[in-house]
Amino acid sequence: MTGRALTSNRLRIGVTVFVAAILALRAGTSVHADDTVSLSLVLKNHLFDPAEVHASPGKPIAIHVKNLNDIVSEFESSELHFEKIVPVGSEVTVYVHPLQPGRYNFYDDFHRATQGYLVVP
Amino acid sequence: MAATLVIVFREVFEAGLIVGIVMAVTSGVAGRGWWIAGGVVAGVLGAGLVALFTGALSELFGGSGQEVFNAAILGFAVIMLTWHNVWMARHGRELAAELKAAGEAVASGSKSLAALAIVVAIAVLREGSEVVLFLYGVAASQGGASWGMLMGGVIGLILGSLVCLMTYVGLITIPARYLFSVTSILIAFLAAGLAAQAIAFLQQADILTALDQTVWDTSWILSDSSYLGRALHTLVGYVDQPTAMQLIVYSATLTVMVVLMKLFSAPPAQRPRTA
Repeated sequence: MTGRALTSNRLRIGVTVFVAAILALRAGTSVHADDTVSLSLVLKNHLFDPAEVHASPGKPIAIHVKNLNDIVSEFESSELHFEKIVPVGSEVTVYVHPLQPGRYNFYDDFHRATQGYLVVP
Repeated sequence: MAATLVIVFREVFEAGLIVGIVMAVTSGVAGRGWWIAGGVVAGVLGAGLVALFTGALSELFGGSGQEVFNAAILGFAVIMLTWHNVWMARHGRELAAELKAAGEAVASGSKSLAALAIVVAIAVLREGSEVVLFLYGVAASQGGASWGMLMGGVIGLILGSLVCLMTYVGLITIPARYLFSVTSILIAFLAAGLAAQAIAFLQQADILTALDQTVWDTSWILSDSSYLGRALHTLVGYVDQPTAMQLIVYSATLTVMVVLMKLFSAPPAQRPRTA
């Protein structure tokens, strides 16, 4: 009896922790959705337009990139933790966590000469 | 040609490290050549399919299809690597002692080979799909494949395969009695690194936002876009600016792996005797 009670107690604690974790994750998401800074870029003639974008510090960022080159790109940044294929003519979005002030580099990993910066004052 | 060479080399190099490790891990196991070759072929076919459907894939899950797909296959690779290590903790000694002649051991031995073949297929698929996309893009923009592109691709493939061969040769020069421990450790770190990579994809897709702040920055010592950084990224999951969640998942994967290996390791008393 005691053993079973103990097991069910453990189970209950486990489930509670799991549910709490999920709720915490969801709460994190909803906080982000409100004050996200949205930035739009275009890839054209192997250049980012604009080549430099700005965002306020401490706010989550969504970067939208549309590929108007005639060749596929990979939008990537090791500093900002993203890498995503951008098919010709498509637009993709990557999300960046709130940043400290700084100058962050991003690039087209398939054409490394194509570089851009995200500046956080 | 130079651009093609660099891209093809870089991707083959990353997949080659993993294939080299798997070749070393399975050295001496009957039929492993077929399993690994099968993994590579499946990976190449998969790469073609993924490249073909990248547009459609991107549209899935509200535009996060690429990330969900990458995180899912990485997660699957982590499970396969864990399964392999746990299986080896139980049966590795029997294999080493050439007891694999027993029918059951061969059957479960090929199960472990299948897990590693899947890991090879996933590595080839991930790196290969980028190669296919890039080559297709180059060919499309210049109105067809050119000799320069072909040469660049072939040289990149050969150089990348050399890395795979060097990894394999380097590992099998380790004395047999240490090889098992060394490869188990390599596989554990490989799995932890892949798990942390999966987290990065979920974070970039805004699916996972908890604990996403950068914990430290070692890019001034070793950037993860340098060749050494890339090699360490593939092998042990080196990231120059890891997030808190990546570090937690990395350590959790290692811990779970070690605990499972201890739980399932063969008790010394029940170990089958060679005589």
